[in-house]
Amino acid sequence: MAGRTLFDKIWDRHVIQELGGGYALMHVSRHLMHDGGAAALERNRKKGYKVRDTALTFATMDHAVSTEPGRTAATRSQFVARLDSMREECKLAGVRLFDIGEPGQGIIHVIGPELGATLPGTFLVCGDSHTCTHGGMGCIAFGIGSSEVSHVLATQSLVQRRPQTMRATFDGTLAPGVRAKDLILYLIGQIGTAGGTGYALEYAGSAIRSLPVEGRLTLCNLSIEAGAKIGFVAPDETTYAFLKGRPFAPKGEMWDKAVADWRTLPSDPDAVFDREVKIDVARIAPQITWGTSPEHVVAVTERIPDPKSVADPDKQRAMQAALDYMGLKAGAPIAGTPVDWVFIGSCTNSRLSDIQEAAALAKGRKVAAGVTAWVVPGSETIKRQAEAEGLDRVLTEAGFQWREPGCSMCLAFNGDRVPPGKRSVSTSNRNFVGRQGPGARTHLASPAMAAAAALTGTISDVRSL
Amino acid sequence: MEKFTKLAAIAAPIMRQNIDTDMVIRVERLRDLPPEKLGPYAFESWRYKPDGSEAPEFVLNRPPYRDAKVILAADNFGCGSSREAAVWSLFAFGIRCVIAPSFGPIFYNNCFQNGLLPVALPLEVIEELVAEVEASQGTGKVSIDLEACTVTSPSGKVTSFKIDPLRREALLSGQDQIEQTRGREKEIAAFEQGDRQRFPWLYQSA
Ligand code: SF4
Repeated sequence: MAGRTLFDKIWDRHVIQELGGGYALMHVSRHLMHDGGAAALERNRKKGYKVRDTALTFATMDHAVSTEPGRTAATRSQFVARLDSMREECKLAGVRLFDIGEPGQGIIHVIGPELGATLPGTFLVCGDSHTCTHGGMGCIAFGIGSSEVSHVLATQSLVQRRPQTMRATFDGTLAPGVRAKDLILYLIGQIGTAGGTGYALEYAGSAIRSLPVEGRLTLCNLSIEAGAKIGFVAPDETTYAFLKGRPFAPKGEMWDKAVADWRTLPSDPDAVFDREVKIDVARIAPQITWGTSPEHVVAVTERIPDPKSVADPDKQRAMQAALDYMGLKAGAPIAGTPVDWVFIGSCTNSRLSDIQEAAALAKGRKVAAGVTAWVVPGSETIKRQAEAEGLDRVLTEAGFQWREPGCSMCLAFNGDRVPPGKRSVSTSNRNFVGRQGPGARTHLASPAMAAAAALTGTISDVRSL
Repeated sequence: MEKFTKLAAIAAPIMRQNIDTDMVIRVERLRDLPPEKLGPYAFESWRYKPDGSEAPEFVLNRPPYRDAKVILAADNFGCGSSREAAVWSLFAFGIRCVIAPSFGPIFYNNCFQNGLLPVALPLEVIEELVAEVEASQGTGKVSIDLEACTVTSPSGKVTSFKIDPLRREALLSGQDQIEQTRGREKEIAAFEQGDRQRFPWLYQSA
């Protein structure tokens, strides 16, 4: 018998009941909620469904919160009602909520690992597509819809179909200036935004082993942009060192038991995957998207591709529409394109190391004239850590705005928007039409590349700074 | 949930790859509107001009496609955000079936929670359907039979599709999944008890 994959091992231990045809009733060991969850809580309350296991449920506020410096409960009044209803529903349901101003508040995919709520081997869901981020801790984590959120709240379980497995092996050493974000954007450029559809995607190889946990979270965050709703990295010593001592991580003797169990999780050497991709990391330069889909990506040293260079007429049309929307010309170098806005934040890249990296580049430099540059920490805890290290001062002295934690300009839900027609370099995960505000033009890149764009006023190769 | 059994309806071709859920429903609409009021906002940025008037060239604004219950689409329909409002807005508009070569995985699941049938067919088959529909100026109906798992083109060409039996049953009966799972209380409780013994650290500090 062939060995088992990490995915098989975690999946199998959560099966409550096989339902036939590849479907199973799965036990949910961690349910995370953001401020969009009030509707599901209210729906269930009205139907008389109690939250089945509040101890396994964690909630925070992120999408609708203001990120204005010095925000209060009344800032951005159009959202106050929404946040209040989340507070009220969590209270009625007995769900623990990390609210504005408390350590623990932040983007749900940042605080899960930060609190130690996200643990290796768990089956974790959240009503948000970037839940795949948590896979960086060595668990099965994926986004669900609002009806499924109701189902999980009421039954602590979910009916799911077992996906196929895929492995992307990244071997080699990262070149200077190349980050986890570049690895995953490069992969999406290679396999396309539907390349991982139907698969649970394991990231493996020497380059992944050498990534810190924060980089692994960034990598897994974009799995859904590759079509895979589940993406993960096997847990290892790096994971355990990151987790130990976090507020909700196991303690004492339980910690040792847990680690002993987690060590059995990685895929067996003879495990077979339904699809394999191999990437030579040495060939990857810093990446930047040029279009309106994450697969519209090039190295910063490359030229903007010509739609005529592809055979598929549908692809050609999509590429031309993207160029028109972005106001770019095929064949021109992407570097040197003038930039109006820079956003360093989101569940992809708003962690302490991302902010440290931006601050290191900003030190002694200035944001270029005409550029508005924001840094939005992913959580209250990160904000406090960064301030303790003086990073906020370095950034504000250079001309960046230092803001309060939340999703912010990643999806412009809370009113933080890039104005129409303006060009933004963003560390988030979606460059869709209008994602950062109607008419906004988004280029996705790493925090280092985003900082470089802010400081030079153009899309620039961070290695030349 | 509304049942889905059979349908013969106008089908609107929107043959663009990677139609994401942001395109189906704008994020601003998630704020205040209940699911059943989202119909006017499906594909909002394509259906209306910046001044709020209808964009006459967009397919869902043209007769007979205004009455479409089926959408014919290209690869990776419904990719992106998990927002279930994408399904709600299509449903409120009147759409009951989307036919595409592939779907965003979360959108695909959300469809089944709301009585909307996603049918995966090869691109060539969909292109033939589009050709027939367009040749009839949109009046030729596309029929979907979930019991037989077939799609029939306006000219009568029949193609079978595959769908998971469990999903098919749920749509055919319109059953509520939460109620069904609550019926498995014994299994869930037994699992929980065992899980606490096998993996006590999951319950320790949480
Ligand atoms: S930061 Fe952006 S992608 Fe992440 S959860 Fe918030 S809105 Fe979604």
